[in-house]
Amino acid sequence: MRYVYLTTFFVVVLTVGVLGFRGCTATKPPLEVFPDMDRQGKYRPQAESAFFADGRTDRPLPMGVVARGDLRADVALYQGKGPAGEWVRGIPAAITVDARLLQRGKERYTIYCAPCHGALGDGNGITKSYGMGATPSYHDDRIRIQAEGELFNTITNGKATMLPYADKLEPSDRWAVVAYVRALQRARAGTVADVPASHKAELGIK
Amino acid sequence: MSKLFPKSANRLPLQIIVYLFVLGGIVTAATTYYATPKYTRVGYAPVQPVPFSHTLHAGNLGLDCRYCHSNVEKSGHSNIPTAQTCMNCHSAIKANSPLLEPVRLSYESGNPVPWVNVHVLPNYAYFNHSVHIARGVSCVECHGRIDQMDVVRHAKPLSMGFCLDCHREPEKFIRSPELVTKLDWQHPEGVKGQIEQGKKFVHDWNVKPPQSCSGCHR
Ligand code: HEC
Ligand code: HEC
Ligand code: HEC
Ligand code: HEC
Ligand code: HEC
Ligand code: HEC
Repeated sequence: MRYVYLTTFFVVVLTVGVLGFRGCTATKPPLEVFPDMDRQGKYRPQAESAFFADGRTDRPLPMGVVARGDLRADVALYQGKGPAGEWVRGIPAAITVDARLLQRGKERYTIYCAPCHGALGDGNGITKSYGMGATPSYHDDRIRIQAEGELFNTITNGKATMLPYADKLEPSDRWAVVAYVRALQRARAGTVADVPASHKAELGIK
Repeated sequence: MSKLFPKSANRLPLQIIVYLFVLGGIVTAATTYYATPKYTRVGYAPVQPVPFSHTLHAGNLGLDCRYCHSNVEKSGHSNIPTAQTCMNCHSAIKANSPLLEPVRLSYESGNPVPWVNVHVLPNYAYFNHSVHIARGVSCVECHGRIDQMDVVRHAKPLSMGFCLDCHREPEKFIRSPELVTKLDWQHPEGVKGQIEQGKKFVHDWNVKPPQSCSGCHR
């Protein structure tokens, strides 16, 4: 009987030796214990397809196709352009400018723009010290006088070495960011006279 | 006859029964230890085509998760970023690094970078990111400290029991939705504060995570 226990003990040691402990880092795909319906014949987003020539399940839209409700006929709202093709000034009427929009703009700006343009819009984001020297400051006169439509276009289509952000920001979010960029510019040019009386004390201004 | 079976043979049946119990115990212990996602999945860290480091990008550079995984709050699927997302910076930073060759190829040709998928649920289970993000469930609950991983590693089991542990007591985990991508955030007043605030959120937002089978197996 002693031998039986000894053998069992060795089998246990061997199993633990081969299988290891929970949570060990492994590069092999996980084992599927009962793989019955784990992988079904359906397409998941960004997955691989053996059927299509380019090997992906996500299909691009054929040329010229417009999804229902996605016509985007409002040129001012979706392209930032006026009837004669000039950049629109001001935020299009379809967007209400209020505190919520600016709050949204601030959040989106912090996620998508601040890494390069910096929290203050001065172009000193974290990437500057790693070699993105070209990032301009929003407080240059050149950008101060740009129309809102042109800022919108910079986000939508990119500009020179800055690539587009249209895939990450919905048109309404882009206008929110534009509004926030305007707020940053306004704040930089602000004077003591702009501070409301109720907030003067907390800033230590008389 | 007495030569064939020695006296000690009398104890044999009992010994065999005891041994079978011990063996049964070992097999049960081994199964619960090894045959669950806590063993099979946790720790999976495949070799990726580009040695992309979340420690550097999400941790040190402080990029928000949504800069790259930009669909996570809009859709059920959290996307792996396009090559253009990387080129936003890497057209200027380390533009000639050999490590980034697959990204540049993908950017030029339009074919995807062949990233290896780490977290995959079985196809019969339904999961949706945006619902969880909108209700203040942080990435850290299901993916661990991604911002400290040089190579993405499967940190949580993502088994049915794991999902239900939270669906039964969401107040222990949910936070204000602005904080979902702050993986190091903890309630400043500790566990007690978390549960108190969580209870308030559960009540105010009427949070009712599904516990019935059809919620996740639809
Ligand atoms: C990866 C870094 C990066 C990010 C992120 C980024 N930008 Fe830029 N941006 C640049 C660089 C670099 C330039 C300078 C382009 C040039 O002139 O070559 C620039 C230029 C600009 C300009 C000036 C364009 C002009 O007319 O000269 C505006 C406005 C701008 N960015 C807005 C934004 C907004 C809004 C966001 C967020 C949605 C954003 N940027 C995100 C790098 C970035
Ligand atoms: C600079 C872009 C970038 C940022 C920022 C980023 N990620 Fe990622 N993430 C990626 C890429 C690229 C992959 C695919 C390669 C890999 O798995 O390492 C990935 C993979 C992942 C995966 C594994 C996906 C799978 O296959 O299962 C998770 C989970 C994840 N990221 C979570 C996060 C979280 C949480 C954050 C925020 C702390 C974050 N990521 C920030 C680019 C990014
Ligand atoms: C916000 C800007 C930014 C974005 C977006 C970005 N990176 Fe980076 N990346 C950096 C910086 C900064 C470094 C560090 C460079 C250094 O150490 O000098 C870096 C370094 C790297 C390195 C190491 C390169 C080397 O030669 O050491 C790899 C690999 C890399 N990134 C992959 C990616 C991938 C893949 C993506 C897209 C999912 C991505 N990065 C997106 C800023 C970025
Ligand atoms: C409630 C749990 C949970 C939370 C919270 C969560 N995830 Fe996930 N994540 C999952 C599961 C489950 C999967 C596998 C999905 C599948 O197989 O369809 C996954 C997959 C992913 C993937 C890979 C998708 C793919 O199929 O390629 C990425 C990237 C990702 N998550 C990023 C994030 C980010 C970023 C956050 C935070 C903003 C986050 N997740 C929050 C559970 C979660
Ligand atoms: C840390 C907490 C947490 C974890 C872990 C978690 N959930 Fe949830 N889940 C929630 C909350 C909170 C909701 C939102 C309930 C509400 O809005 O009423 C939710 C909602 C859902 C819904 C309902 C979505 C809808 O469209 O109705 C599904 C399905 C779901 N979760 C699946 C899962 C699965 C599958 C997993 C495991 C991979 C998981 N959850 C893990 C907290 C969690
Ligand atoms: C919170 C979401 C959720 C709910 C509710 C839920 N499940 Fe699941 N279930 C899952 C997930 C996720 C998996 C995949 C687990 C895995 O692969 O480890 C799963 C797996 C399973 C499996 C397969 C287990 C295996 O390893 O093969 C069965 C059977 C199952 N569920 C039955 C049920 C039944 C019956 C109910 C109702 C009492 C139920 N589930 C409710 C999320 C859920």
